[in-house]
Amino acid sequence: MPNHRTSGTPWLIRGATLADGTRTDLVLADGRIAEIGSGLSRLGATTVDSDGLIALPGLVDLHTHLREPGFEQSETILTGSQAAAVGGFTSVFAMANTSPVQDTAGVVEQVLALGEQAGYVTVQPIGAVTVGLAGERLAELGAMATSRARVRVFSDDGFCVSDPLLMRRALEYVKAFDGVIAQHAQEPRLTEKAQMNEGALSSELGLAGWPAVAEESIIARDVLLAEHVGSRLHVCHVSTAGSVDVIRWAKARGINVTAEATPHHLLLTEDLLRGYDARFKVNPPLRRTEDVEALRSGLADGTIDIVATDHAPHPVEAKDCEWDAAANGMVGLESALSVVHAAVVESGLLGWSDVARVLSAAPARIGRAPGQGQGIIVGAPAELTLYDPAASRVFGRADLAGKGANSPYLNMTLPGRVIATFHRGYATVLDGALRSAGEIRSERENNHG
Amino acid sequence: MKHLLSTKGLGRAEAIGLLDIAEDMADVANREVKKLPTLRGKTVVNLFFEDSTRTRISFEAAAKRLSADVINFSAKGSSVSKGESLKDTAQTLAAMGADGVVIRHPASGAPEVLAASGWIDAGIINAGDGTHEHPTQALLDAFTIRRRLHGSASRGKGLDGVRVTIVGDVLHSRVARSNLWLLTTLGAEVTFVAPPTLLPMDMSAWPAAVGFDLDAAIAAKPDVIMMLRIQAERMNAAFFPNSREYSRRWGLDDERFARLAPASIVMHPGPMNRGLEISSAAADSAASTVLEQVANGVSVRMAALYLLMSGDREDS
Repeated sequence: MPNHRTSGTPWLIRGATLADGTRTDLVLADGRIAEIGSGLSRLGATTVDSDGLIALPGLVDLHTHLREPGFEQSETILTGSQAAAVGGFTSVFAMANTSPVQDTAGVVEQVLALGEQAGYVTVQPIGAVTVGLAGERLAELGAMATSRARVRVFSDDGFCVSDPLLMRRALEYVKAFDGVIAQHAQEPRLTEKAQMNEGALSSELGLAGWPAVAEESIIARDVLLAEHVGSRLHVCHVSTAGSVDVIRWAKARGINVTAEATPHHLLLTEDLLRGYDARFKVNPPLRRTEDVEALRSGLADGTIDIVATDHAPHPVEAKDCEWDAAANGMVGLESALSVVHAAVVESGLLGWSDVARVLSAAPARIGRAPGQGQGIIVGAPAELTLYDPAASRVFGRADLAGKGANSPYLNMTLPGRVIATFHRGYATVLDGALRSAGEIRSERENNHG
Repeated sequence: MKHLLSTKGLGRAEAIGLLDIAEDMADVANREVKKLPTLRGKTVVNLFFEDSTRTRISFEAAAKRLSADVINFSAKGSSVSKGESLKDTAQTLAAMGADGVVIRHPASGAPEVLAASGWIDAGIINAGDGTHEHPTQALLDAFTIRRRLHGSASRGKGLDGVRVTIVGDVLHSRVARSNLWLLTTLGAEVTFVAPPTLLPMDMSAWPAAVGFDLDAAIAAKPDVIMMLRIQAERMNAAFFPNSREYSRRWGLDDERFARLAPASIVMHPGPMNRGLEISSAAADSAASTVLEQVANGVSVRMAALYLLMSGDREDS
């Protein structure tokens, strides 16, 4: 292997397995997938021996919390981008609950610029639906849509747009620029002080319940609103079996709704809460085994369109405390692919082509992300990840690349490992290791030069 | 016993053993000098993040009768109200050399978090956590029932076949949860009676009968009827229309009290809302154990402190 690798040079990926099972070589050049076929060679290319590795299109996360601006002690756009790259992602949608809130063109453009500067992934800002996430009046959705950040996904995530009239107006308004409202479905009155899934376990543990109906009733209302006004609705982090049923009904009716499930809701159950370890505190909460199974089959039959991480980093002190005082949220970018592998691939529900769909093509389509999710085809942007499905590891702190250590998977054995990630034709992760911010900077300069 | 966090994990032999030690401790209260040297030189911290004068002074009396030094740490007016975390508070107490920590906390599970944290290497006693458990209350209730039934012959006995009806705000009651596990472990049959709004959402895993009708429960002639306190804040949260209606349907009024079997025991963990969940006639009757419960609380807490703190903790 030549060691005089320079920025902007082509890559020859040798012997990778595509999602459909075919074995092939790939040439990446000038930021694109230049060639696909067997026995390829390319002068001056750096070769990556990919025997046994699966080549997946670069993963796209429609639901990430990068915390900057405002909460840089939890994560920055740079560290969150690094966590994403390590997880095989090439694009993340940054949620709007920053400080200041991403509710103006100025803030979303700033987030976009910081993402470009970091250079690990495409950071696509999400715009707030309402000013300050306060649920009172619409933010300047049009200004954000026509800004340099070209926002298409709007969400008050963390809060539900619970006012039915405001939700109706938002759904209608974003039709003007092909936008989508991504709803955090949580009826606020039914979930006051809620701490965990409401059921037998919350009854025993004495933790205030977060009933499934508080999610399902909002989804039911919203799909009917979307039908009424002919708009596009996306449902964030679906967590209950009843929600899957409602969405399945809505889709059968022809309503334009898409839905996501998080990796943790596909793998973990509320039983982990015995012991009150706040690493397992998340909103919506971990649910019952029946809910996990319903989400898995919903993902397999297409009712649930995508997997999105809801990556939510927090500083240590936000979790190192009694349950009620702890913050909601888990980091998830670094572990997402392995968790999906464990939850639905090992069980045979999804093949790798399905994984490429739910973690790349579909989220890119829902978010209207140009240059993402186009798959591994000649001429597509060189956004891809190489994954070793045969690997197995005890997931540990060293596997986390962001600032947050609040992973529910620490000390769990997870299958698979991301070996390399390519973004805009350059490597952000190589030989299983993150490339430094300096290396990425020079790659970017070369690409632009 | 390293910690006393809940009654759920308490075995029958362990529970009876603790109650028997409490009998020995009760004997001390009848002596001229009400004090044992057992915990001399040990420090007990009463760490109260929630006001509860009754429980705190009960633990304080128990620790002092065992000759321990007692430090009362109240969240009110301390650094805790200025935002100090449970972790920093615990580490501070550890640095001061606390051997036992009695914790009362508004968050369910806080004692368990403290015990598992490694922040402090002291025996932890849960003195009530959120709406989860209050194990020493259940132990003193069991002790009180056993004494009423068996008197001086109580030692070694369980509560087999005793029918206990617990009435009131089960949803928010740590007393109800701790009693459920302990009383059933000791062989009693537990029935809960409450408005449907004040029952936990799913009690299918609870080894107890559940009903909404207090008159039916009284007609079944329970051996013990335990009335739970109705908190003022429930009145304004749509759990029931108003206190009059609550009292009419779920209060132990004079008329219902008269229908109890003559040998029935009337219990209340205190403080009581006279005229709401219990009438004065019931509370002050010979059937009432309200004051015995207070006295027995000290004996049971002495037993718990003794089991956690005497001898070499590493061996336990």
